[in-house]
Amino acid sequence: MLLLLLGIIFLHLAALVLLFVSTIVSVWASSETGTSDLWKNCTLLSGGHQCSPASTGEWIQAVQAVMILSIIFSCLSLFLFFCQLFTLQKGGRFFLTGTFQILASLFVMSGAIIYTVMSPEWVLGTYSFGYSYILAWVAFPLALISGLIYVILRKRE
Amino acid sequence: PEQSQAIVIYTGWERHALVGSDVRLSCSFFSWRWTSEDVSFSWTYRPDGSRDTISIFHYTRGVPYLDNKGPFKDRLEFVGNPGRRDGSILIKNLDLSDNGTFTCDAKNPPDIVGRPSSVRLLVFENPIQAGVITGAIIGVVLGLLVLIVVIYYLMRFLVARRVFSLSVKHGKKKKEGSQQRQGPVPPADPSKVKAATSEKKKQESRKDKK
Repeated sequence: MLLLLLGIIFLHLAALVLLFVSTIVSVWASSETGTSDLWKNCTLLSGGHQCSPASTGEWIQAVQAVMILSIIFSCLSLFLFFCQLFTLQKGGRFFLTGTFQILASLFVMSGAIIYTVMSPEWVLGTYSFGYSYILAWVAFPLALISGLIYVILRKRE
Repeated sequence: PEQSQAIVIYTGWERHALVGSDVRLSCSFFSWRWTSEDVSFSWTYRPDGSRDTISIFHYTRGVPYLDNKGPFKDRLEFVGNPGRRDGSILIKNLDLSDNGTFTCDAKNPPDIVGRPSSVRLLVFENPIQAGVITGAIIGVVLGLLVLIVVIYYLMRFLVARRVFSLSVKHGKKKKEGSQQRQGPVPPADPSKVKAATSEKKKQESRKDKK
């Protein structure tokens, strides 16, 4: 029972950490000459990195908002899990926790989809998708599975 | 006649500006001779995508001549200092149709052999401030969340109150209706009623979510 609990919390935390890294480090597109992400574009010059703020278009701001919302909802879901752990009756289901986690996964998915569709506008053709972009796509199924587990799980003891 | 030497003309490479703002196009030259009294500056304009070039400014013999018929009518101002080899012009109240290439040609007689230099003007629409849409989306979603939570607790509270008042009425009727009584019927306990209704609600929501 304790093992199950630890496993679920670990899964949830893994998804949360991936979300954080993907949003903050944010190497969404990279090439030999520089990186580009949700917040700024950096090019590698002879002296070092030179960064400028990302374009202020509507869609990149939407991706920013959606990624931040997914982090907020995942954190809320973790907090609710601990709340429900102590207040739920025996046999009850963690619906609220699961709902928030599933919503967080949906937000990540829509953020990644918007970025995929709009990226030809933002980055040059020589850029390829960076690891933060891949982390976002990995965080989506992790969060979704975590949320589904919460919805199916029944409280014991 | 004096030997003419080369003159080198300098302008910027590109200028960026927002719609509605003013932009200063600078033009200067290098020449081995002193600045002559007959120094002249000429600005011509070629819109983006067009092959026609029109003259918009000319300065000669101490008098600047500004465009008063073309696209820059009443929008040009001469802000240069020919004595210091500066032939800059100021264009006011830019519009998207002002995108194009501006060419400056300066002559400092007898030095007249030179290549005119061009500066490209890019006029942009005013962008949305960074973060406005981000904040709006986050605010709306979190606001909806808070709203849903408030409505949920409000509904629970109202339903509990209604059930409580109904059970009180029911208790009173029972009391009046029967003559033999084992003991007085205690009024319905509101906390117990609340627990009962929350149990009912949980079962209902479980059914709904299924």
